[in-house]
Amino acid sequence: MKTGTIDLPKNNEKSTFNIGLVLTNMSKKIWDGLKPKSSSKVIFTNLFYVSLSILLFFMFWYFGAKALYNIEANALIEAARKEGGDAAALKTSQCIYSGDLACKPNALPSPADVWNAGKSLYKDHQVLAASKAKFYTDNSALNAQLKATGQKTMVYTGRSSFIDKALKSLFTVFAGVLLAMFIAIPIGILVGLNANIKSMFNWIIQIFKPVSPVVWFLLVYMIVKTMSKSINMDKSFMISLISVSLCSMWATLVNTSVGVASVDKDYINVANVLQLGFFKRIFKIIIPSAMPMIFTGLRVTVSVAWMVLIAIELLAQSPGLGSFVWEEFQNGANDSNSKIIFAMFVIGIIGFMLDKIMLAIQHSLSFTK
Amino acid sequence: MSILSINNVSKWFENANGRTEVLKDINLEIAEGEFVAIVGFTGSGKSTLINMIAGLTSPSAGEILLKGKPITGPGHDRSVIFQNYSLLPWLTVYENIMMAVNEVYPTWDNHQKDQHVLSMIEMVNLSHAKSKLPKELSGGMRQRTSVARALSMNPDLLLMDEPLGALDALTRGNLQEEILNIWSKDKKTALLITNDVDEGIFMADRIIPLNPGPNATLGPEFVIDIERPRDKTSLNDNDAYKKLRNGLIEYLMDLGAQNKSGHKEELLLPDIQPNPPKRKFFFRRA
Repeated sequence: MKTGTIDLPKNNEKSTFNIGLVLTNMSKKIWDGLKPKSSSKVIFTNLFYVSLSILLFFMFWYFGAKALYNIEANALIEAARKEGGDAAALKTSQCIYSGDLACKPNALPSPADVWNAGKSLYKDHQVLAASKAKFYTDNSALNAQLKATGQKTMVYTGRSSFIDKALKSLFTVFAGVLLAMFIAIPIGILVGLNANIKSMFNWIIQIFKPVSPVVWFLLVYMIVKTMSKSINMDKSFMISLISVSLCSMWATLVNTSVGVASVDKDYINVANVLQLGFFKRIFKIIIPSAMPMIFTGLRVTVSVAWMVLIAIELLAQSPGLGSFVWEEFQNGANDSNSKIIFAMFVIGIIGFMLDKIMLAIQHSLSFTK
Repeated sequence: MSILSINNVSKWFENANGRTEVLKDINLEIAEGEFVAIVGFTGSGKSTLINMIAGLTSPSAGEILLKGKPITGPGHDRSVIFQNYSLLPWLTVYENIMMAVNEVYPTWDNHQKDQHVLSMIEMVNLSHAKSKLPKELSGGMRQRTSVARALSMNPDLLLMDEPLGALDALTRGNLQEEILNIWSKDKKTALLITNDVDEGIFMADRIIPLNPGPNATLGPEFVIDIERPRDKTSLNDNDAYKKLRNGLIEYLMDLGAQNKSGHKEELLLPDIQPNPPKRKFFFRRA
C-alpha cells in the first residue's frame, strides 16, 4: 500500500487550450527534427564526403562546359572559314578568345558564368527595388489623397525582379497547397470513412491522378477563361494556382483516406465505450490518429506542387520562376543560359527546403518515439 | 440482487466455412459490489465475453441483463480497462481522462470536471505525470491512466480485460494491490478476466474457470472466502488459499489434458528392428 502524500500544485493547471503553448511546442519539435542528430565525428565525416562530392560535381561541370564551349567555338571558326576564308576564321577566333561578348559561343555556361549571372540578377533586383521604392515615395502624397477619397491607389507596375518572381512562385505554391488541402483532406476523410463514397470517388482518383500537369493546365484554362469574364481577377495567377493544386492534391487525398480507413481498432473501441457522437468521433479520434498519414501525403503534395509549378507558370505566363526561365530562353541574350542554370539551382534549393520543412512537421506529429 | 445476469449466452461468428463457435451457454450472475474473476486459457473466448458485456459486440443467442435491462450497446454504466491500455497517443494523461469525463458528465462546469480528473489522477498516483503523453510513460503508468479513465466514469460495472497481462511481474503485483485498494474504497461491481490463477484468487471474491473453446462454457465456481485486505506474502501460508489454488489448477490442468487427449490420434509405429552390427574384419579391435 502506498502511503506518502501527494502534493498537488497549489495553482491547478487549467485545462484550457493554449494555442501559444501548442505553437511553441510544435516549433520546438520541428526544430528538433531539423537539428542534426549524430555525433560531431559522424557529422564531420559526412561533411567531408558531401564537400568532396560538391567539388567533384563542380569539376565535372567546369570541364564539361569547357569541352562543350570548345566544340561550339571550333564550329564558329569553321563556319567563318567556309564563308570568308582563313582571314575571317582568324578574326573570329581572335574575337572569341578576346572574351568579347559579341561573338561568345552559345554553349553550356561554366560555374563562374552562372555565379556572375546570379550576381547580376541580384544587382538587377536592387535597381528595381530602388525604383519601386522611389515610385512609392514620389506618389505617397497622391496615394494618400486617393485613399482619403476612397479611390484606387497607384500601384507600381514595372518589371518584377528575380527575387520578386521567386517569392511569387512560393506564394503560388503555398496558395495551391492550401487549396489542395481544402479539397483533398475533406474528400479523403469521407472516402476513408465510407465504402460507398469510396466507390464513388475511386474511379475519379484512378483516372485523374496520372493526368499530366499540361493537360490540367489546359482544362483549368478553359474554365477560368470563361469565369474571368464575369469576375475580375488575376487570371494567370488563378490558373497556375488551381492547376498546381489539381495536379498535386492526389497524394494527400489518397493518404488521408488510407489514414482514416486504418485507424487503430483500440481507438475505435475507446470511442464506442465513451459513446462519442459522429462529429466528436471524427474530430477527436479519427482525424488526430490519421494526422501523421495526412502530413505524409501533404509532404508529397508540396514537392509535386513545386515541381509542377515551374511548368505551369511557363504555360500560364504567371510572373514566377517558370516564366522567368521561359522568357530567358526566348530572350537568347549572351547570359540567358547562365540565368537559366542559376534559376535551376534556386528552384532546386527552394524545393529541398520545402521538403525538409514538411519532413520536420511530419516527424513532429508522429506519436511513436 | 444481481446487477449483471448472463442467460444462456452463445456467440459464434459466421464465415465462409460455416460458423465458428466461440462461446456456448454461458450463465453467470454477479451481485452488486462483487468482484468476480474469470480465468481461462488464451484463445478460449474470454475477450469475446467481456466485449459482449461492454456492448462492443452482441451475443448470437441468449441475453445479457444489466440491472434487469438487456444490453444493446456500449454505455456509460460500464467501463472497460483494455489489455493494451487503449490510450489516445496524441492526448496527455489529463486529456485522456478529461475526454471520458466530458462525455459522461456533460452538465458539469469546467472547474468540477477539472477537480474530478485531478482527483482520479491522484488516486492512481500519477500527479507528477499528468501532462505527459502516453509514449513518455512506462507500461504500468499507462495502465494506471487507463484505470483512472475507467473509474472516472463512475461505472456501475467495471470490466477488466486482462488488464495486467502486458506488464512485467513486479509491476503486475504492485498494480494488483493498487487496483484492489481503489476498488475497496467504493466496492464497485467488478469483472476481471485473467489468465493468471494467483491474480484471480488474490483479487476476486469468486473465481470461475472458462473451459477452453470452441464452445467454451463456464466451469464450476470457486468461492474465495479469504478476508480482505489480503496480503500477498501471508497468503502463501494460508491453508484456504493453498487448497483453493491447488483445486483450481488441478481443474484447469485436467481441462487442458482432456482438451489435448481429445485431439490425440493413435500413431502406428512401423515394425522395424535395428540392424545387428556386422562383423568387421578389418580394424578389429584387440
